[in-house]
Amino acid sequence: MISSLKKSKTGMVGVAIVLLVVLMAAASGILTPYDPAKQDLYHKLAGPIWSGGTGEHLLGTDQLGRDILSRIMYGSRVTLLVGFSGTVCAGLLGVTLGAIAGYFGKWADVVIMRIVDIQLSFPFILLALFIAAVLGRSLANVILIAAISNWVNYARLVRGEILAVKEMEYIEAIRSVGAKDGRIVLFHVIPNVISPVIVQATLGMARIITMEASLSFLGLGVPVEIATWGRMLAEGRDYMLTDPWLAIIPGLAITLTVLGVNLMGDWLRDYLDPKLDV
Amino acid sequence: MAKYLGKRLLQSIIAILGVTLVVFLVLNVAGDPVTLMLPANASFEEIEALKAKLGYDDPVFVQYFRFLGNALRGDFGLSYNYYQPALSVVLERVPATATLALAAFAVSLLISIPAGIVAAVRRNSKTDAVIRTLALLGQCVPAFWLGIMLMLLFSVKLKLLPTSGFESWSALILPAATLGLFSAATFTRMLRSNMIEVMGKEYIDTARSKGLSERVVVWKHAFKNALSSLLTVMGLQIAGLLGGAVITETVFAWPGIGRLLVQSINNSDFNVVEVIVILMATSFVVINFIVDVLYCVVNPRIQLQ
Repeated sequence: MISSLKKSKTGMVGVAIVLLVVLMAAASGILTPYDPAKQDLYHKLAGPIWSGGTGEHLLGTDQLGRDILSRIMYGSRVTLLVGFSGTVCAGLLGVTLGAIAGYFGKWADVVIMRIVDIQLSFPFILLALFIAAVLGRSLANVILIAAISNWVNYARLVRGEILAVKEMEYIEAIRSVGAKDGRIVLFHVIPNVISPVIVQATLGMARIITMEASLSFLGLGVPVEIATWGRMLAEGRDYMLTDPWLAIIPGLAITLTVLGVNLMGDWLRDYLDPKLDV
Repeated sequence: MAKYLGKRLLQSIIAILGVTLVVFLVLNVAGDPVTLMLPANASFEEIEALKAKLGYDDPVFVQYFRFLGNALRGDFGLSYNYYQPALSVVLERVPATATLALAAFAVSLLISIPAGIVAAVRRNSKTDAVIRTLALLGQCVPAFWLGIMLMLLFSVKLKLLPTSGFESWSALILPAATLGLFSAATFTRMLRSNMIEVMGKEYIDTARSKGLSERVVVWKHAFKNALSSLLTVMGLQIAGLLGGAVITETVFAWPGIGRLLVQSINNSDFNVVEVIVILMATSFVVINFIVDVLYCVVNPRIQLQ
């Protein structure tokens, strides 16, 4: 795996970016220079160090004098938490439903695939906004929204793979020695379809990170007291004329993270599925 | 073909009905609209009385069919914010969103067709690398940030274009570019890989061996064939445009249904939210159906399936 990564320059860049974000999230609270919520109105709107700022605040301060670097570091926690748990929940839900539809077929398949069809009738962000509007703002709700609006891809993928796998001889062999359906699906079918799921999960995570940022930007994500990149960007927008860095920095953080995750996903796809030539 | 299209039509109708069911259930069963209509200190009896008066104590399926019947007559209730029928509040904003989406779609095609073809024809060259990198970046930049950055550059620094509003045609340029660039990126990547696949086919060798110029081979033989497979993703792209319009309109204060949706969510104007969600999802289903019809026309082989 490592040697394959060494061969792929873009994969290396992707993994490096993701590791950096993980380190940032892990170090917030330990290495963060300031409390991300602490206001200091005497030093508000200080520019970053390359744009008229002092060394006191490396990336400057916002309209309430809060330290941008600390907020970016804390913000990475929300990004990763939502990205990771949203992906896991969406994956579990999608794989389970997709496996049921694909393996058991009949009415289970009809019902699940109809739900999939209906869900695919909603543009992705519209569905997320709609659920956010009804559920209200909280971290758990954002994760729930991520799961609800993303499980469909896994369900379709797993269903298709299972339809291809379930008629194979080795499944027949396991059934003939008396294995029950649940055991066959869990231990013999799913492990064989897991690599495309992992690839889908990485690319899905990039989508979820953008979705979280969009919801926060629109004020429908996690509660406003929590520092998130999307929220910082929305607040920074009002100071675009005088302090453009307030909007530039968090946007850059989002873009780089999404880029990193996507590059990692592309590399994983090549690594796990060498037959695929995209 | 008629049988296939009939089946797709039926599927589309079921999907639209499903959309109305989901919207109805989420808003009326999970959301409890009656409590939202009354002040926070309303007593249990008051809430129950209003529920009975508005028919919210009927069985859920009775409520749903009443809702569906009203919806078919265009009655989605009043907008609590504008004191007008919710449907007409939304319909007023449709032209703005349609203009934006069409302009964005044009931007996306104007960029992706030349970029995708050049990248495929000059595969593995420096031009290809640049196009691929830009396309990848285009897919990673969130629309709201791209919009703000374009505004910063073209409106604040260069003072070439207005930052927001709907007054002049120049006001359309930045929102359309913001919305179109993302789908341009996806289209470019798709077109490039489709073109590469098609260029490897034997009929391209045949065309070349007939002595046709490279231009004719690329445009008449390769591009036409690559395009038909692009049609299938076009539906998804349009969904992306509709969804992206919500964010782009908010960034540029564009008076379309996307911005109205965000405002209505913030004001708990749920009748308007309901109309917008159903309208967007329905148009998406309809567009996908049209794309499928087109695909049948362009690709006659589907008749055999």
